[in-house]
Order: sequence, then structure tokens, then C-alpha cells
Amino acid sequence: MNNSHSDKTFAPKVISGLTEEAVVKLEHVNFSFGKNRALNDFSLEIAPRKLVGLIGPDGVGKSTMLSLITGARAMQDGTVTVLGGDMRDKMHRDKVCPKIAYMPQGLGKNLYFTLTVEENLQFFGKLFGHDAGERRRRIDHLTKSTGLYNFLDRPAGKLSGGMKQKLGLCCALIHDPDLLVLDEPTTGVDPLARRQFWDLVDSVRLTQPQMTVIVATAYMDEAQRFEWLIAMDDGNILDTGTPAELLAKTNCSNLDDAFIQLLPEEKRSGHAALVVPPLAGSGEERISIEAENLTKRFGSFTAVDHVSFRIREGEIFGFLGSNGCGKTTTMRMLTGLMNPSEGVAKLFGKPMEADNMETRLRLGYMTQLFSLYNELTIRQNLALYARLYRIAENEVNDRVDEMLNRFQLTRYEHETPQSLPLGIKQRLSLAAAVIHRPQILILDEPTSGVDPVARDLFWELIIELSRKDKVTIFITTHFMNEAERCDRISLMHAGRSLACDTPANLVAKRQAPTLEAAFIGYLEDADPASKEPVKLEAAPESGASASGKKWYQRESKYFSFQRFACCCWREYLELIRDPIRATLAIFGAILLMLVMGFGISMDVEDLKFAVLDRDGSMLSQSYTLNVSGSRYFIQQSPIRDYEDLENRIRSGDLSLAIEIPPDFGKDLEAGKHPEVLFLVDAAMPSRAETVNGYIASLHQQWLEQISREKGLGRNSGAGLSVQTRYRYNPDVLSLPAMVPAVIPLLLLMIPAVLAALAVVREKEMGSIINLYVTPLTRFEFMVGKQLPYVMFAMMSAFMLVTMAVTIFDVPIKGSVTLLAISLILYSICATGIGLLASSVTRSQIAVIFMTMLGTMLPAVQFCGMVDPVTAQEGMGKVIGLTYPTSYMLLISRGVFNKALGIGDLYLELLILAITAPIVVGCGVMFLKKQEK
Amino acid sequence: MRQTIKNIFFLGVKELRGLGRDYMLIALIIYSFTLGIYVTGASSSDTINKATIAIVDEDHSQMSQRVFDAFFPPMFLPAEAITLEEIDPGMDEGKYTFVLVIPAEFEKDLLAGRTPEIQLNVDATRMSQAFSGAGYIQQIINREIAKFDNDGKMPQAVVNSVVRNRYNANLTQSWFKALMQLVNNITMLAIILTGAALIRERENGTLEHLLVMPVTPFEIMFSKIWSMLLVVLVATMVSLLVVVMGLLDVPVNGSLALFACGVALHLFAVTALGIFLACVAQNMPQLGMLMILVLLPMQMLSGSSTPQESMPQWVQDVMLAAPTTHFVDFSQSILFRGAGMDVVWKPFVMLFGIGAVLFIFSLGRFRRSVAQ
Repeated sequence: MNNSHSDKTFAPKVISGLTEEAVVKLEHVNFSFGKNRALNDFSLEIAPRKLVGLIGPDGVGKSTMLSLITGARAMQDGTVTVLGGDMRDKMHRDKVCPKIAYMPQGLGKNLYFTLTVEENLQFFGKLFGHDAGERRRRIDHLTKSTGLYNFLDRPAGKLSGGMKQKLGLCCALIHDPDLLVLDEPTTGVDPLARRQFWDLVDSVRLTQPQMTVIVATAYMDEAQRFEWLIAMDDGNILDTGTPAELLAKTNCSNLDDAFIQLLPEEKRSGHAALVVPPLAGSGEERISIEAENLTKRFGSFTAVDHVSFRIREGEIFGFLGSNGCGKTTTMRMLTGLMNPSEGVAKLFGKPMEADNMETRLRLGYMTQLFSLYNELTIRQNLALYARLYRIAENEVNDRVDEMLNRFQLTRYEHETPQSLPLGIKQRLSLAAAVIHRPQILILDEPTSGVDPVARDLFWELIIELSRKDKVTIFITTHFMNEAERCDRISLMHAGRSLACDTPANLVAKRQAPTLEAAFIGYLEDADPASKEPVKLEAAPESGASASGKKWYQRESKYFSFQRFACCCWREYLELIRDPIRATLAIFGAILLMLVMGFGISMDVEDLKFAVLDRDGSMLSQSYTLNVSGSRYFIQQSPIRDYEDLENRIRSGDLSLAIEIPPDFGKDLEAGKHPEVLFLVDAAMPSRAETVNGYIASLHQQWLEQISREKGLGRNSGAGLSVQTRYRYNPDVLSLPAMVPAVIPLLLLMIPAVLAALAVVREKEMGSIINLYVTPLTRFEFMVGKQLPYVMFAMMSAFMLVTMAVTIFDVPIKGSVTLLAISLILYSICATGIGLLASSVTRSQIAVIFMTMLGTMLPAVQFCGMVDPVTAQEGMGKVIGLTYPTSYMLLISRGVFNKALGIGDLYLELLILAITAPIVVGCGVMFLKKQEK
Repeated sequence: MRQTIKNIFFLGVKELRGLGRDYMLIALIIYSFTLGIYVTGASSSDTINKATIAIVDEDHSQMSQRVFDAFFPPMFLPAEAITLEEIDPGMDEGKYTFVLVIPAEFEKDLLAGRTPEIQLNVDATRMSQAFSGAGYIQQIINREIAKFDNDGKMPQAVVNSVVRNRYNANLTQSWFKALMQLVNNITMLAIILTGAALIRERENGTLEHLLVMPVTPFEIMFSKIWSMLLVVLVATMVSLLVVVMGLLDVPVNGSLALFACGVALHLFAVTALGIFLACVAQNMPQLGMLMILVLLPMQMLSGSSTPQESMPQWVQDVMLAAPTTHFVDFSQSILFRGAGMDVVWKPFVMLFGIGAVLFIFSLGRFRRSVAQ
């Protein structure tokens, strides 16, 4: 970390045109992820009311900078001043966060996909404290102007990429921000939707002129419309200025080239304008890829609708369209990952079937997301792929070296992909896809998120493969300048192919100035509704301004019931929208209760025993009969000899072997005190212990019997009788004791695991960002999330208790009120444990593992399920005494078996009442309000 | 065929390398095979350990005082003297598990050859202590009386019973508990490692990529099984030698090699189960629920916490399909009873069968589950 900039002279890499105080000011900001530095002594000032664009490739620090400005990420070094205050200061962050809107990178990252458009907007409206009327007014207004009004009932996950981004923008705009931050809002969106998106932003700025907008983008053509540009590379600013200034400075006609010119010398070396040699056609080329009426339906939804194309050997075939238009599904059918609902896909004239290894060997594939192994080094990855593609072992190293050289990866060969920029990962993916010299290469958006220089380099390789090695290339892309390099392109929209021809022909057919314009023309024809201009009308008079106070001053900073209730409502919706999970949880509880209630049994019965009777007298037989007559033991065939005895005990066939000595009867009658030997299998000590107890009492019983019948040994025996009364459970049945114990166990594990995934899932999906950048407090977020799970747990509890009373016939003898109160408290503890695990972990695997280890082990072993807590030793005792299950177990058994009430068990209840807020409090405390 | 073996080998090595870089997972594995086992082994005492007992002494004789003094740790906490009225509230609160009532004239009746009656109240909701505790208390009283009677006034029993507890003469609970914890951890770890890892690979798209290559689902699944099997098997044997036999000092009678074979078979079955669950679940939360549904009964009903022969017949029949039942079965046979192949071949065959069925079923679903 650089902490010595105090001695540097303050020389911000200024943004000029600054006539008044800056809205955003960064001074000497440093930021690193581990060893990788994302921002390097970064200084910048941004003037108010401007549309400012950040341009530059992926991984240069754009997103990091934006997340620091919005307060989503915690600062490391330097100062960030936004809207007149320091973003390190929590008070200031709380004050300004309602004035900032942030749309993170990725399609719909701040949205909840299972919620509808309306519900998403309602959620954000409630978070920012609008009342119902105000929300209605704003939602109607925003959705009508953006064309989303007709889709209010559609789940956000089912919207197309462009619509998701529009909805994201609506959610960001619902609270009239002063500063709007958009991180690559149009990546993965078709050209028409992109144009509409920018029109929308323009009209927003017209109606809200006080707003400052900061946008990061990888599309240079979009950057043309911004008022001010900041070109970034490697955590540094390359240059700033208006688009015209930058063009003039670099003497370029377009920003793509201008950006390349701005790069330092060594980065643009070797870069030259790309020329695609024409595809030599002799008219009789073989067809490599063929699709005929390819169709894929998912239920009522048609993802791909009768798509046909034929691709010649060596051709570069481009597939264009927005996210969700069916491109990836088409590719999955081509590669045999998915079977078409209708039509055929053929590679080399043969359908791609599961066992068709021949074709697979001739095919290279690159997925949209990086799909090599992050846990292997670059070299290991390539070697693995080479071997899986059956390259002879002695050639593997040479081939890997060749790829490393050709794709300029040699200097990274011992690093793992995780730490490398996207451009290098994409090169690695391509290297892995061509390592076996395939004849067909299928590439799914290989260049999205890659900077212009790397993209050109990538295309050089593709062109070389196609023209030199005659590799057929099937490629999808969003970039129009890349589409222009293809031999032929197909335009996809909503599962259908709108047109398929050479780029030049398409432009000519539509008489459009550019390919992009031609594409937009086709899209507008296909979807006439999209022709209507998107424009934000001036907002209707809002109720808030009438009251004289701005809306965000009405809700308390610390706790707002509306925000809390809205978190709760949202979590509830998510819970009921995944019916499989909810059903599994409910039926799981019932099933487990049945299995364990009937299954776990402490009664030790039906034990197998056999006798080695070396006497064979009447008395010895009488002794045997006494044992076999009890309900505890089942007699097996007699033991023949010592070897037999040894074998049968060893194999576990016998739990008990009895040896009656020779002359047993004679000795007994002669008063010689013969000895009967019992051999007990003590591999399971608790069972052996019970067997010992049975033996003692059966032995005693027999002595009494012969003394009565035969007068043998009168006045002998212990001379006293112990009357044992088993209280609360007179028959010492397992069921009445186990059922009340199973309820706390199930009510711990199932709600804990359910709740545990709640926060971690948001972390993985990205919607946790809404906690970081909205007025939502950690308490509202956590407890709001928890409530639906507590309700769910209560529902399960009610069911389990009902089952206990009806199916298991274990009546509630004690206070029902006590049981109800303690179950509520216990449910809060259980879900709290899940949320606690969830707030400290990052991945779903880790949280499942942690919750399982953290609930099953203590609850089953240490909390008195089987052995009482007082009988535990050491660590186990400590865990048993602190874990809430111990106390719930006492209450449950007390109420069910012992007819106890609050007066008897107030201490246990008190402990639960104290534990619940502690667990919840820890969960809230460990949750971060900013990303690290 | 040779290519298949090579692919399985290379993909398996990849799994091992991947695990080698996941420090969180390594930490959890190390925990579950060291501290996780040790805590259970060291915490579990004998069934009757520090049991609470109270005595209502209405006799106040020398004899009753002897009985009173006969209860001491570690089995019992020192007996508490209470009155008749204190019995009910004391037991209701769970303060005493046992309450002994010694009647008036107890000593006198005893010496007179009459049969006085001692009343023993047992809190039967404490299942594990109730039964054996009552037995012990009876033995202790008998012993005290016998000692009291050292002048031989009272006659000896006509037949003596001699009990020998094989394989664990002192009925030390920790031997069994530590071993069963090992069994449970092996099962949990193997299922989570394969199941969750498979879902993660599916979500990251690496699985999809592999399926476009000349690699079959069989090879992918088998590579996961052998690599996880190797890791858990090594961890198990180290844990058995160092923690169970070393630190906890549990004597092991049987062949460790045979036990290792059994563990390997068990791991085959449970990793196949993990893959099976991952093929059925659509996402991680569903997998989490499924894992509880499967793991909890497998653990509670396998015979590792209560003996299986006392469960209802249908539970025993259903549990034949659970790998843990057979694991618990053969591990007791081999480690404690020193049994050989002639005894444990049955659970071995069952484990292999369960694994094979799950494996074949998952194989049929594998492609479909990836391309959902």
C-alpha cells in the first residue's frame, strides 16, 4: 500500500471544464485486490450536470472506481468526496445514499429475477420511502415511458437483456437521484435496445437537468454521445476531454482508433488495421455445419424457432442478437448438449449424438463465460485439454508450447486464470479450443468485455485459422465491427432468424448507411412496437414536494418500518416462488419426523443369543428357558463348541452367548455354587450395558424361581427387592421420549439451512448491492429476511406438534402456551444460526458445509438427544450448555412428558429468550454494509 | 478403452489439484478428521456419568448410610438427601434422574431375613440413563449389602453369574462414539464434496464444456469418485491411526487393510450418492435440502447411535438401502471384533451394489441435468 503520497505535490489528473464545485472528487486513490492493483494513485474531479463516460477495456479499474464513488465498496487508501462529503464517513454515506443511484455491471444485477417487474419497482419505491400513491404514480410513469408497462406482471428473469437493463434503470431512477452511476449498462444488449437505452438516458437528463450521470462502457461508438470522456488503462487515466477533443488530439476518425492511439507505445505495438482476405470459393466446398428447421421449446416458450443455415468449410459465420434471443440454445443444439425439439443439426453431415466421439475430436468450443479451470495454471489447463483431446503423450508438451507461443501466453504459463484480465482468459480459452487442430470452431461471444486491441488480436487469430487452416468458424458477437468481418451473418431475434446474408448484402438490401442501422431496421420490422420512441415525460406533480420536505427526509435513518416490511415481503415472495425448495422443506420435515420418530429406539429388544450347554440337565434347560422366555432375547441354534462360539460372536450373529458348565445341575443340587458364564458382544457399549442389566435381573429371577419350586437355596439371594418405577414414561417406550426430542432437531436443521442460503445467494447473484447503496440498514435487511423463515419454521412446528399428538399419540400434558412461546424463540435462534453462517461466508458450498457441521453435530451429539448434557465431558459439555437446542429439548420433554408449565421451566425459557437476540445480533454485526 | 482410463486419470488429477487450492475446504476436511473426532471421543463418557441421584432415607440406619455413601463420581454425583415431599418437584425440574426411597426398618428387616422393599424412581425421559442406571443402582445396593454382611450371616447365591464383556471389557463409550463419528464425518464429507462440487462445476459451465469434448459422463463421474475417494480414504486412515488409536487410545483388534477396503467401498457408494443428488437437484438450495433429508436419517438410523435390531422391521428393511448401515456393520466387525473377510463379505457386496445402482442411475441423468 502506498502511504507516502503526503510528500507528493497535489497534481490531480484534472478534468477541465470545471466551473463550479465538483460533484465527485477522487484524490490519490489506491485500491488493490490482493496483489493486483486496480487503481493506482488515482485523482479525478467530475463537474455537476454532465454526462461523463469512462472508457477502457475490462479490468482497468472502471468498476472499482464506480463502486468507490457510490460507497458500495469500502475505501482502502486516498479520499473520495461525493456530493460535498467524505465517503469514508458513515454519517455522510447514510446522508447521501438516497441521492445516488447505482446500476452495477451485468444484466439485471440489482434486480430480483423471481420477482415481477411491478414487484421489483415496488421494492425500490418502498426502500426509498414513497407511500403507496406516490409509488403507483412513479411506477406507471416510468414504465409507460419505457415501454415496460405491458410487462408489469412478467418476472424480471424472463425479460430480454435490453428490457432487464431498462428495468434496472427505472429502479435506479425511482427516487430522483442527483448522481446516476451506470456500469456498462449496455453490454450484452442488441443495437436497437442500446439505442433506446441511450435515448431514455437523454430524456431523463432533460427532465432532471440537475442530475450528473457517470457511465462506464466498453463500446467506443456509444462514447461518442457523452459530454466528457475519461480514457482509462491499468488503473490510470490515459486522457480526458470531450469526444471531439480526443479525436482531434489523436488525429483519428473514430474513438476505437483514438483509444488505441492513447495507449502507451508498448501496448499498441504490432497493431494494424485488420484486413480479411476473401473466402476462396470454388463452388464445391463441403458443408461443415448444417441446421434445418432447428427448434427448441421449453414448455410453452419457444427459445429457437425453425432456424436453418448451411455453413461451408472455412467460412466465418456470425450469429448476432441480444442476450436471450436463442443464440446460446442454438449452439447447445449444434454441439449436442441439448436435443432439438424439432429439426436437425449436423456437423460434417452427421447429427451430433452423445456417443459420437469422432465428431467431437474435430470440434473446438468456447463458451460465453470462462469455462476452464480456475484452480489449474494456464499450462496445466492446456495440458489437460490436450490430453482429453487424445494428443499423444510425447506430443503434449510441444503442442502446449506451440499454443503458449501462438497466443502469447508464455509469460503467464504458471499463473492461474483467476488472477488474469479477461482478455488473457479469452485467449487461453481460444488456445484450449484449438489445441487439437479442430476443423470446426464454435465460439460463443468470445470477445465481450475485451478491449479493442485484444479484440483485434483475437480476430487476427480467427482469420488466420479460417483462411490458412480452413477451419469453419461459427461465432456470436454483439460488436458490429466484428460482424462486418464475417463472411456471412445471421440476425437473430426472439428465437427467429430475421435475415442471413453477407454483411454487404444486408446493408444494401435495407439501403442502410451501416450494418448497425440495417440490423435495427430488421428488428423494428420484427417488433413494430419497438419503433415507438422511448422518452421520459416530465414527471407528474409528486405528493412529496407538496409537503415541503424531500421524501427521503421522512423516514428515519436508523429504522424504518416500511423498509423492514418491504425486505420481509420480498423474501417471502422469493420463498414461495421456488416451490420445489419450500415443498422439500415441508415434506422433508414430515418425512424425517415419521422415519426418526418410529425409527430411533432406545428399547433394546430382540437380541440374539445362543447357549453352549455342556450339562444338558433339566436345570440347565430350565435356565436357558428362563432367558429365551424374556421379551429381550431371541434364541438361536445351540452353540456346538468353543470355535463355533468364537466365530458367531465375532461375526456379530450373537449379542450374547451363555456357557453352562458341565455338571451344572449336579453341582447346584450339591450346593457347590456352579458358575454360568455370559459372553457379551460389547462392540457397541451402550447396548452391552443394557444386556448386562437384563442378565442380572433374569439371573435373579431364575434364582427366585428355583428357590420357590424346588426349595433350592432357600434364604439365599440378595434378600431385598428393588421396586423400580419408571416415571413420565411408565413403559419405558422410546416413542414418547423420542418424539419430543425429534421436534427440536428438525426445527433446528431445516430452517437453518433454508435461511443460510438467503444472504449468500444474494452475494453470489449480486443483488446484495442493494444493501450497500440504499438506505436499507443491516438490521432491517437481516431481520426482514429472517421473518418469513421464522413464519415458515412456526408452520413446520405446528405441523410436527400436530403429528406428535395425532399420529404418534404423544399428548401434550403440560402448558401449550409455554411450548408455543419457546418454539417461536427457538425458531428465531435456528434461522438466526443460518443467517449468521450466511453473513460470514461467501460461497454456497461453504455455507451449506458450515451450517451442517454447526447444527447436526452439536444437536445430535451434545444437546441431550441421547445422553443428557450433564453426562457430557469437556468441549462437548460446553457446547451442550451453550447451544439453544439443549434448552428447547428440556422444554419440549417437560411439556410433552412431564406436564410442566412456565412456572417450572421459566429458566430454560429465559435462556432461549436471551439467546435469540444474541444470535440475530451476531448475524447483523458480521454482515458488511460495504464490500471489501 | 485405454483412452477412457487415461481420461479418468487426467480428470481425477485435475480434481485433486483443484482441491489443493481450496484452502477453506481443506481446513474443513482437516477439522472433521481431527478435532471433530477428538471432541466427540473425549466428550463422550460412559452412559452413566455424573448421573444425579437423591435419596429419601427413612431408616437412618448404618445400612442406609452405607447405601447413601455408595454413590460417587464418575458414575454418580454424590447423592442428595431429600424428603418425600421433595421428590416430585425435584424430578419434574429434571434435577434428579434417580430417587431412591429407603423405607423405615430397612436394616432390621434385612437382618431378619425378611425382604424389605426399596423404591427406585427413574426419570424415564432420559432414555439412555434410565435402564442401565436402574441396573447399576441395584448392583451397587446389592454389593453394599454383601459387604455389610461380611460375617456371612446371609447365605450366598446358589448359582453365580459371571459376565464377560468382549471387545470392550469396561464398556468404554468413547471407543464406539469416536469411531461412529468418523463414520458419520466420512459420509457427510463425501456427499458434500462430490455433490456440491458437481453443482458448482455445472454452474461455472466447465461441465458443459467437457461434454462437448470427446469425454463421456462415465469418465467425468468416475474421475470425481476416485479422486475424492483417495482424499477421504487417506484422511480416514490417518485419522484412525493418529486420532482414534493414538490420542483417544482406542484399541483396534482387526485388520486395518481390510477396513481400508471397506472404507473405499463405502466411499464409492456415498460419492455415487452425492453425484446422484446433484443430478436430481436443480440448484444449490435444493441440494442443501436434499442433503439434510438423506444425511439425517442415514446418520440417526444407521445403528451408530442406537442399535438397529431394536428398530421396527420396516425401518431396518429401508435402511438396508443406506450405505451407512453396512459401514457401521462392518466397521464394528473388523475394528472391534477382529472379523475377517468371511464375515464382512456381505456388507461389502451390499455397498458395492448400492454404489453401482446409484452410479448407473446418475449416468442416465447426467447429460440431461447439465443441459437444463
